[in-house]
Amino acid sequence: MVYIIAILSVIFLGLAVMVISRMASVVQSASGPVDEDRIGMSNRLNAGLMVVFFVVGLIAAIWSFLHARQFFLPEAASPHGRHTDFLFWLSMSIITIAFIVTNALLFFFAWRYQYRPGHKASYYPENHKLELIWTVIPAVVMALLVFTGWRAWRDIMAEAPENAQVFELVGKQFNWIARYPGVDNNKLGAFNYKLIDSNNETGIDYTDESSFDDFVSTSELHIPVNKPILLKIRARDVLHSVFIPHLRVKMDAVPGMPTRFQFTADKTTDEMKNITGNPNFTYEIACTEVCGQGHFSMRIRLIVEDEASWQAWCKEQKPLLTSTPELASRIPANLKAKAAKYLSAPETAAPADTTTASIVKNGETVASASVR
Amino acid sequence: MATVAANSATVAHAAEHDHHEPQSFWRTYIFSEDHKTIAKQYLISGIIWSVIGISLSVMFRLQLGFPNMKLDFLRPILGNWINETGKLDPDFYLALVTMHGTIMVFFVLTAGLSGTFSNFLIPLQVGARDMASGFLNMLSYWFFFLASMIMLGSLFIETGPAAGGWVIYPPLSALPQAHKGSELGMTLWLISMALFIVSQLLGGINYITTVINLRTRGMSFSKLPLTIWAFFLTAVLGLISFPVLLSAALLLIFDRSFGTSFYLSEIYIKGEALPNVGGSPILFQHLFWFLGHPEVYIVLLPALGMTSEIIATNSRKPIFGYRAMIASMMGIAFLAFIVWAHHMFVTGMNPFLGSIFMFLTLIIAVPSAVKAFNYITTLWRGNIRFTPAMLFSIGLVSFFISGGLTGIILGNSALDIQLHDTYFVVAHFHLVMGAASAFGLLAGVYHWFPKMFGRMMNEKLGYVHFWLTFIGIYLVFFPMHYIGISGFPRRYYAFTSYDFTKNIFADMNSFISLAAIFTFTAQWIFVWNFVYSMFKGRKAPQNPWKSNTLEWTAPINPGHGNWPGEIPAVYRWAYDYSKPGAKDDFIPQNVPYSQTPESNLPHENELIGLEKEIEAQNLNDQFKQPH
Repeated sequence: MVYIIAILSVIFLGLAVMVISRMASVVQSASGPVDEDRIGMSNRLNAGLMVVFFVVGLIAAIWSFLHARQFFLPEAASPHGRHTDFLFWLSMSIITIAFIVTNALLFFFAWRYQYRPGHKASYYPENHKLELIWTVIPAVVMALLVFTGWRAWRDIMAEAPENAQVFELVGKQFNWIARYPGVDNNKLGAFNYKLIDSNNETGIDYTDESSFDDFVSTSELHIPVNKPILLKIRARDVLHSVFIPHLRVKMDAVPGMPTRFQFTADKTTDEMKNITGNPNFTYEIACTEVCGQGHFSMRIRLIVEDEASWQAWCKEQKPLLTSTPELASRIPANLKAKAAKYLSAPETAAPADTTTASIVKNGETVASASVR
Repeated sequence: MATVAANSATVAHAAEHDHHEPQSFWRTYIFSEDHKTIAKQYLISGIIWSVIGISLSVMFRLQLGFPNMKLDFLRPILGNWINETGKLDPDFYLALVTMHGTIMVFFVLTAGLSGTFSNFLIPLQVGARDMASGFLNMLSYWFFFLASMIMLGSLFIETGPAAGGWVIYPPLSALPQAHKGSELGMTLWLISMALFIVSQLLGGINYITTVINLRTRGMSFSKLPLTIWAFFLTAVLGLISFPVLLSAALLLIFDRSFGTSFYLSEIYIKGEALPNVGGSPILFQHLFWFLGHPEVYIVLLPALGMTSEIIATNSRKPIFGYRAMIASMMGIAFLAFIVWAHHMFVTGMNPFLGSIFMFLTLIIAVPSAVKAFNYITTLWRGNIRFTPAMLFSIGLVSFFISGGLTGIILGNSALDIQLHDTYFVVAHFHLVMGAASAFGLLAGVYHWFPKMFGRMMNEKLGYVHFWLTFIGIYLVFFPMHYIGISGFPRRYYAFTSYDFTKNIFADMNSFISLAAIFTFTAQWIFVWNFVYSMFKGRKAPQNPWKSNTLEWTAPINPGHGNWPGEIPAVYRWAYDYSKPGAKDDFIPQNVPYSQTPESNLPHENELIGLEKEIEAQNLNDQFKQPH
């Protein structure tokens, strides 16, 4: 990297110095009110520089591209990500061709048709056939790109499948809070922003019994590999935006309007360590919507692991209710019994839990309405 | 002014327009109603603003390029925004980014570009004595001036200027407790922008009215130079879209100061749950981008219009596809209103809307491509004179192509997921809208300087300025795409918090910063050339570029009313360059076909009969109308 930059700087500095020195000598010789002299030496010089600029610029562009390429689009670990990467390079190839051809014509014509004494330009005001051709060609190419892009977009933004594993990511100034649907019922409980306080940072609503086993983390989000994930996203204070570069995921977090993004991660963190050759590799979640002073450091780690170890990890976690027993006071009297197992003796309530899950079906619609 | 003089001496007035009583210094140079003076006021304000705006970018580029640098030397300017360890304050970093965007987009490229050249060229190129309303025109500048002063003042207050990005998305901008920049700085930003919008509307109404009503005899719409078409469409865009920004700003003011909930809902901040419910931050984004996207074209179209004129003149060729150029500008102007949500693909907006906006956005590539091809074809088989204006115009076309092409990727919603709010976007819009429009502005200044000040700018310095700037801008923004493709998010104070940005591209960022400083330094050549030539430049001939348009038929230093005696009538389009059979390689618009039988095309001979009719019209001389 350093070398290209050094060489690039040298080339352009050299070019700049050349221009300045040539110009300086011209400036000295031309101080009188000359009109025809103007179209002479300096015109040829400028015309020549057009071609020089194009050639040197193109070489520099290709060179720097090849050297920077290793960092482009960091290894995608999701099927939709690899698809959009393919579309990106497809579009990139098309526009690179257009970029080189049009710029080449621009600079070449500028040089080729520079002023020549006694020469007269062609009076060539229009050519409908030509104009039709270069209206239709971009239109067709655009239609192609729109169609492929639209299909990819439609698939990415489709409803998540029924079996998708749900997680919630809450943005606040200046960190993310991951909420898991729980150790037992795998359902996210309802929330209400008015319930937020230092004990209950995501505003979990404990009148909804799906909430009892939910647990939160501000340091990492663990997800299972090869399983559809539905990420429910919301923000507490201002706009944030979830960005997971390796999974090609980005979606704003909006206060008052929960958003979502569904994806599948198909490489575990360990696999990615091998692929990238970086033993310290970790997936990261960043914020890409300016949210204030700490915008640049809203990092939370994402751990992708196989289903079994993910399950095992989840079982080890303590529901928020267990780690913060103060929250028990928010549970309505009629549900206290169901919450008991998370408060004192977890093992005693184990059989009751399966029945709860089925009984609650009706009551749950109310709760989920407030979640969505 | 015209009214005042006319009331006292209507008869004398009608007989001689060039004999006006000399006015006081204040009325001539400060509170002037003359479009040429107002244009120069806009131009000089724009140049001052651009120096401020670019300086701010150099400051934050220092932070990005050299994160460990001791910035103590900036303390005399920035005071306590440089903390004890010599680092830039992270809050002020965001303020710098925000103010750079606001200043460059609105105060330089909208006011400085449209304000200068619409004012200067519309009356001179359509053949009018002045703008339709000189008074509103003056008011437009002074509203802009007031807005400028408030915006400038906000840079110096204790909590700093607005800092939520130039898009000022609420709730960040609505909640003073969310960020320092959302306190008084944001209030001043909103007041300043409200005044700015008033200024734009007053200006816009004037431009439109003047183009429609005050064209000289024979100047039909089909003979208008492309500059005027561009200014006209720009003014229409501004007139329709700026009020929407005003309403967005007003609702934000309400949310900030009067407890309403237009954009606020379910917010818990600083240990407190706010009572606001039912609002939508997305609503603001829709309103903002309903202006914000046309704004891109408000900035770009005038540059494209002037470039058309300059490229045709200096290629000594008619612009290729005059009608196609008008049609594509109209197409762009229309589409500009229905693509705004492509800035919002990943805001949680309904994905179906995303599909629609992707489709509409990519359509806009077609008229843009037509314009680029037409510029290139205009150069083909020309006889090109590389004046500084011509060089900047060619540079503009190159930026327009290079920056426009990456828009095809960003307009694709599926690809935008990864690239949204990364440096790829920053590189894209700086090339296509920032650099291209700035080059349009510079090209315009070099080209019309002789008409503005009666003197020539130094061409050699112009060449040096062009090459340094052209190279510099590509060095800044071309590598920036690489950083974006690698996923670097924009508006980041530092890239040290994440593994995916930590150890890469530090040298690239330093390189970009150096290139930015280099480019900024090169601009002083222009500033010096501009100021020096204004007083000491070589005296300009009447038509230095041998151009066809009407402004070059006016005296070298046009007085009030622009033309002594009759306003010239117009008989032909503005692009009769190198016409076969003609003795010169240009035929100005005011030369009748009857005088050029040797070069007339068959259908043009038929138009000779209409000349008497054109000359008989005399409706549009403001000085001759009964008051």
